Amino acid sequence: MEHHTESSEVTFHHEPSDNTKRIWKTFWILLIVTVVEVGLGLLLYSIEESIPGWLILFFKGMMVILTLAKAFYIVSIFMHLGDELRNMIMTIIVPLSLFIWFIGAFLWDGNYYRTMRNRYDPSMENKTLQQPPQQKADTATNPLY
Amino acid sequence: MATAAATRTNWWSGGRSPFNVEYGKLMMWYFLMSDAFTFGAFLISYGTIRFSQNYWPNPNEVFNAFPGAGHANLPLAFVSLMTFILIMSSVTMVLAVHEGHHNNKKGVVKWLAWTIVGGFAFLACQAWEWAHLIGGEHVVLNGNQLEVWGQTTSHNPWGPKADTQLVATALQNSSHEALVSLVSSQHHEMGHAQLAAMPDDRLRSMINVAELHVNEPGPVAFGGYFYGITGFHGFHVFSGVIINIVMLIMTQKNVFEKRGHYLMIEKAGLYWHFVDLVWVFVFLCFYLI
Repeated sequence: MEHHTESSEVTFHHEPSDNTKRIWKTFWILLIVTVVEVGLGLLLYSIEESIPGWLILFFKGMMVILTLAKAFYIVSIFMHLGDELRNMIMTIIVPLSLFIWFIGAFLWDGNYYRTMRNRYDPSMENKTLQQPPQQKADTATNPLY
Repeated sequence: MATAAATRTNWWSGGRSPFNVEYGKLMMWYFLMSDAFTFGAFLISYGTIRFSQNYWPNPNEVFNAFPGAGHANLPLAFVSLMTFILIMSSVTMVLAVHEGHHNNKKGVVKWLAWTIVGGFAFLACQAWEWAHLIGGEHVVLNGNQLEVWGQTTSHNPWGPKADTQLVATALQNSSHEALVSLVSSQHHEMGHAQLAAMPDDRLRSMINVAELHVNEPGPVAFGGYFYGITGFHGFHVFSGVIINIVMLIMTQKNVFEKRGHYLMIEKAGLYWHFVDLVWVFVFLCFYLI
């Protein structure tokens, strides 16, 4: 297949695909994952008053995982990053792994701030909790909920 | 075949780019990576503040409106439509890039035009959503009186449910304006001017306290983060639409045809897909969880 030379940086050209099958397949994957996410969200909305905290977290965790799957398909197929050389993919993906630390550290800090305020400023807790806790549980031992 | 040859190449021996990517496209990738850090920092900051609060509004109660559906409770419906529009415009963009690979000017023009339409549709949805939130009228028990608030960066009407007893007491302290708004929320048949002319006692007697939905003030940070982050994303969508319009004009003027390749469409496409990518996370953080 004949190619126009666009620049000297490119040694090997990607063969453009003849059809759009892959694009439409990805579209359906994204659509179905989104529908499942919305379904989970609505299910959670209807039952969240009557289920324990860990189950709520499980639902939310499922939605996070599905979102990451969607992100993978957008970047890999729509942005064609999956077709690039490994060298190049790594210069994008490796720096982004900083987010793992970033998210963990900052959410931990936010939770710690809440715990400290509730412990040392009781008015804070009375003002912002729907029902004042029956017995004063230390939120540090039961974070996130 | 090119892939097989690519794996056998010694990319680091010099004389060629080890990334096998054109300069402009590589730099677009690095720009997008830095932009991902910006959005990531915003979203993580939002998460930190949310984790530091005892109470956070339930998004299903905040975002439950749909244009033309009145006061129907439709959580997630409108934002699902917005998500669908953005995914769809991502597909039309990648189809434009695909046509560019085949140097098919007509196809590029067609799919770019649809992408621009999708971008404007998304922006219109966001404008409606913002207007609805800012102009909304929600009764809030602020201190010892009832007030009517919209969702702004300084007021959040979605706090915890207010105690009915306190609401009944607060009714006595509330302003004429708040009373009018309370009555009109329960008596849709009466006009605003008609109610405004009534004395306060008459208005109070018309309010069914048991059926009033009154909240305490919610965390103020909610509005700042919501408008800040969706606004920053909306600005990206807007600039993406502008870039796509420029690409459309250049395609029409045969700039890429003369150049022999449609690489610029690919770079604009990367930016547009990134906008969709960010929305996937905004959708998760603000509407789903």
